[in-house]
This record gives sequence, structure tokens and C-alpha cells, in this order.
Amino acid sequence: MESINYQNFRIDAENICVDYNGKVALYDANLRLKSGQICGLVGMNGAGKTTFFNALTGFVNISKGKIRINGESVRSAQKDQTIAYVPQSEGIDSQFPINVWDVVMMGRYGSMNIFRCPRESDVQAVKDAIERVDLTDHISTPIGNLSGGQRKRTFLARAIAQRASILLLDEPFSGVDIRTEKLISELFIQFKNEGKTILLSTHDMIHVREFCDLVLLINKTVVAYGETSEVFTPENITTTFGGISPDFLFGPES
Amino acid sequence: MELCSFLTLDSFITDPLTHGFMRKALLMSSLVAAVCGFLSSYLTLKGWALMGDAVSHSVMPGVVVAYALGLPFSLGAFIFGVGSVALIGFIKQKSRVKEDTVIGLVFTGFFALGIVLVSKIKSNIDLHSILFGSPLGISLSDVKQTIFISLLVVILLSIFRKDLMLYCFDPRHAKTVGINVFFLHYLLLTCLSLAAVVGLQSVGIILVVAMLITPGATAYLLTDEFDKMTVISVLSAIISSLIGIYISFWFDLETGGSIVLAQTFIFLFAFLFAPRYGIFKLKKFFAGYKR
Repeated sequence: MESINYQNFRIDAENICVDYNGKVALYDANLRLKSGQICGLVGMNGAGKTTFFNALTGFVNISKGKIRINGESVRSAQKDQTIAYVPQSEGIDSQFPINVWDVVMMGRYGSMNIFRCPRESDVQAVKDAIERVDLTDHISTPIGNLSGGQRKRTFLARAIAQRASILLLDEPFSGVDIRTEKLISELFIQFKNEGKTILLSTHDMIHVREFCDLVLLINKTVVAYGETSEVFTPENITTTFGGISPDFLFGPES
Repeated sequence: MELCSFLTLDSFITDPLTHGFMRKALLMSSLVAAVCGFLSSYLTLKGWALMGDAVSHSVMPGVVVAYALGLPFSLGAFIFGVGSVALIGFIKQKSRVKEDTVIGLVFTGFFALGIVLVSKIKSNIDLHSILFGSPLGISLSDVKQTIFISLLVVILLSIFRKDLMLYCFDPRHAKTVGINVFFLHYLLLTCLSLAAVVGLQSVGIILVVAMLITPGATAYLLTDEFDKMTVISVLSAIISSLIGIYISFWFDLETGGSIVLAQTFIFLFAFLFAPRYGIFKLKKFFAGYKR
């Protein structure tokens, strides 16, 4: 029998459990993703999507199981700037007195010295990232004055500036304009070609069909996982959404 | 007599400076205000107003015990300040009681302990000066302590300025890129305890929370840039302290209360007239006027 080479997997989560003060938020969850794969994380509110992200970034401790990022611990993934997290719009204080440039520069903090003084390479990385999300005209705009889509692009730029090989995106398409949606989908294709691994949570089933190679359906634990065409069946989705029929979610044609 | 002497602005300002205790009070209160103002930006953005209130009230028994044992009062205050936060965290984690309830019951418990201790320990502790501050009667050893603690807090905040900003803004990202969020959390709490300790000399335990939140809140209404916010916060804190002490000198008012009232008035002014976020939105008004 051939032994599994864990180095092959960018993300390898094995039977992970997370509980908050005894309340189980996620149990026995597994996920394996390789370079260049885009995976959709689908589930109801409270199904453990954000918890899953938190476990992968090390923001919460797992009570059971094992997570390997590029074959190493979450701790060393943090040190190596391997994972970038793009928060959902509600996850941040949009009135915080900070501008686009400073937010994107935060993507470089992990690789700077203790005073977080930007080097020339950091400045260049931030500049490039802002250009890629088409916000060059808004470099010194406070984030409170941006539209929802522009703010989303700002945080994408932060992830780009970080040069992470794994991107975790919490609801990347919620509350964005058409232009941002188009830009994000173009970026996804570029990221895929660059060999980045993407895990994104979404409520929008159409986006899953459009972008995701793989789908992870969760409801406190993994309901189904695999290639989108195989896993995205009406039965699985009904289970994931606690008995609600997919007709309700997609319309009767699907 | 007094009313006559401040008919000129010049004597209004210079007369108090002829008294040594006034010069000392003005200098020390400005220093304390600067420290609290610096920290205030972070506390306002982090949403730690209640935490500031809790820590500042919880230092009470520490101050009393330290005085009774002849230790530096800042040491006692610091231990109880950090201890209260640890206890709040512990109770919150181990019970189903909500956080704001836990904060409220822990700090009032500590505060009550302090008051009971004062009444029991026979010493020359001046309850009034602990509760309401006494910037005019500050002793030399207190001056040394205050300078030391202030410098320490300013140095710590300066070194970790950007990390603390990130921690307040997006702790999840901080954690993801390998920044020690646990350390930053306790660093901010430590600075909060230390600032409460120096702040209570100016305005007393009851009002010190105002020093920790009002300047930051004022600055938040006036700018969209973090660095500017810090500068405005520090300046508004210093100006309020100076105004408060002068007013209390000339009108014979409680000094701590005057300082905090001055801060409150500056906040109200910003609330009404801040260019972008004030009620009257002066920026729009003048833009319309030019046209």
C-alpha cells in the first residue's frame, strides 16, 4: 500500500473538532486540498464555516484532530505567512480610522521587523496588490468612505500583498457590486494558475458551480466532500440545509 | 480680589504659575493626560470603555493595601488592576453569565473591598484624594512614580503602536500572520492598568475612566486617520487638564471634576461641530457657502 505523502496537500485537516466552552461547533471534519484547487465551503449560518476558517488560521484551538498546512503545523504556517484570511464585510469595523494603503500594508506586517517599518520590497508589494484590485485611485481613502465592493477588494489586496499560498475567503461575493464580482472572478482564475489554494465560504450556489473544483458541505460536520459535479446533488444540499429543498435555493430548474 | 486679577488674560495664566504646587500640578497633569490620551485611541477603537471603568475601579483595594504596607501605591494598583481583568476572563469562561454583567460585578466587588479596607485600616489614607484625585497635593515620591510609569507606557505603546492598531482592527489577521495576539491583549491591559494608576492622581478613581475614553472619542469624531487621531487625543487631553486646573484654581472648584468637565465640553464641541462627523457638519456648510 502506498503511504500518503502529506507534503502533497496544502491543507490537510483530519478529524478536527472545535468547541467553545463545551458547546460543539464543529466535529470530525476532514479536508484535503492541493495546490491550484478552489474549494467552496457551503453550509447554513452557524454550521461551522467561520469556525473551520478559525481553526485553519489558528485563531481558535482545535480540541481534537490534526491540521497540517504544507505538511507542517498551523503555528509554522503563521510564521511563514502561508495563509491569508479575507474577512466577510460584517467581520470588520468599517468606521475604523485607517486608509486603503495602511490596510494593505498590514498584509506585510508578519514579515517585517518589530516596529513594522516597511522596506522598499514591502512598499512595492503593496503598490502591486492595490493595482491588481484596481484601487490605485483610492490609496489614501479611509475605508469608511469606500463602497462595500471596494472594501472587499482592499482586503483581497491585503491577502495578495501577503503573498500567501493559501487564501481563505469568508463570503467573498456578499454585498459586492458587479464590477467587484467580475474582478474577483478574474483574480480567482489568476490565483488558480499561480498555484494558490483557495477555500471560500458562500451562500450563493451559482458561484460554487462557476468557480469551485471541489465542494465541502458542512453542518457541524462534513455532510459531503468531493468534486462539485458529484457532491452538489439535491439530496446532499437538502441534508446540509436541514431539510430545505434545493428548489428553494436554486429555483425549480436546477 | 480674584475676579479683578484675571481681568487680563495674562495674569489669568501667569498668576497661578507663581505657586510651586500649581506648576507641579500643571506639569504632572499634562503628563498624565498625554499618557491617558495616547492609550485612549486604542481603548476607544477596541471598545474597551467598560473595561477601562472596571480596571480603574478595581485598583482601589490595591492602592489602600499598598499605602498601609508602605509600598509604592502603583504596585498595589497594578496587581489589582490586572487581577480584576484575569478574574473577569475566568468567570466569563467558566459561567454562563454575560461579559458586561461579569465586568460590572467584579469591579464593584473590588471597589467595595477598597472602601471597606479604608474604613478598617487605621492610617492616614485620604479617601477623598483617592476617589477624586489631588493633583495639587501630589508628593515628590508620587511624582517620581508617575514619571517612571508614564515613560514606560509611552515607550511600550510607541514600540507596539502598529501591532496594537492591527490588534484593535483585525485580530484574526494578526493571528494569521503569526503576530502574538495573546501578548498584545495583555500588553494593552497592562498599559490600561498603569494609565489608570497615574490617572487616578489627577482625577481620582471614580473619574479616571473619562481620561481613558473621552479624548479618544473626541479625536475619533475629528479624523479618519489613526496617527492624527492619536495626536488629537493627546492634545485634547492635555488642553483639558490645563483648562481644568486653571478653572479650579480661579473658581475654587474640585480639580478632578473640572478636568473631566473640560474634556466633556471639548467632546461636545466636536460632537456638534466636527467637520465631517459633527451634528452640524461644518465642512458641508462651508462648501455650500463658497459656492
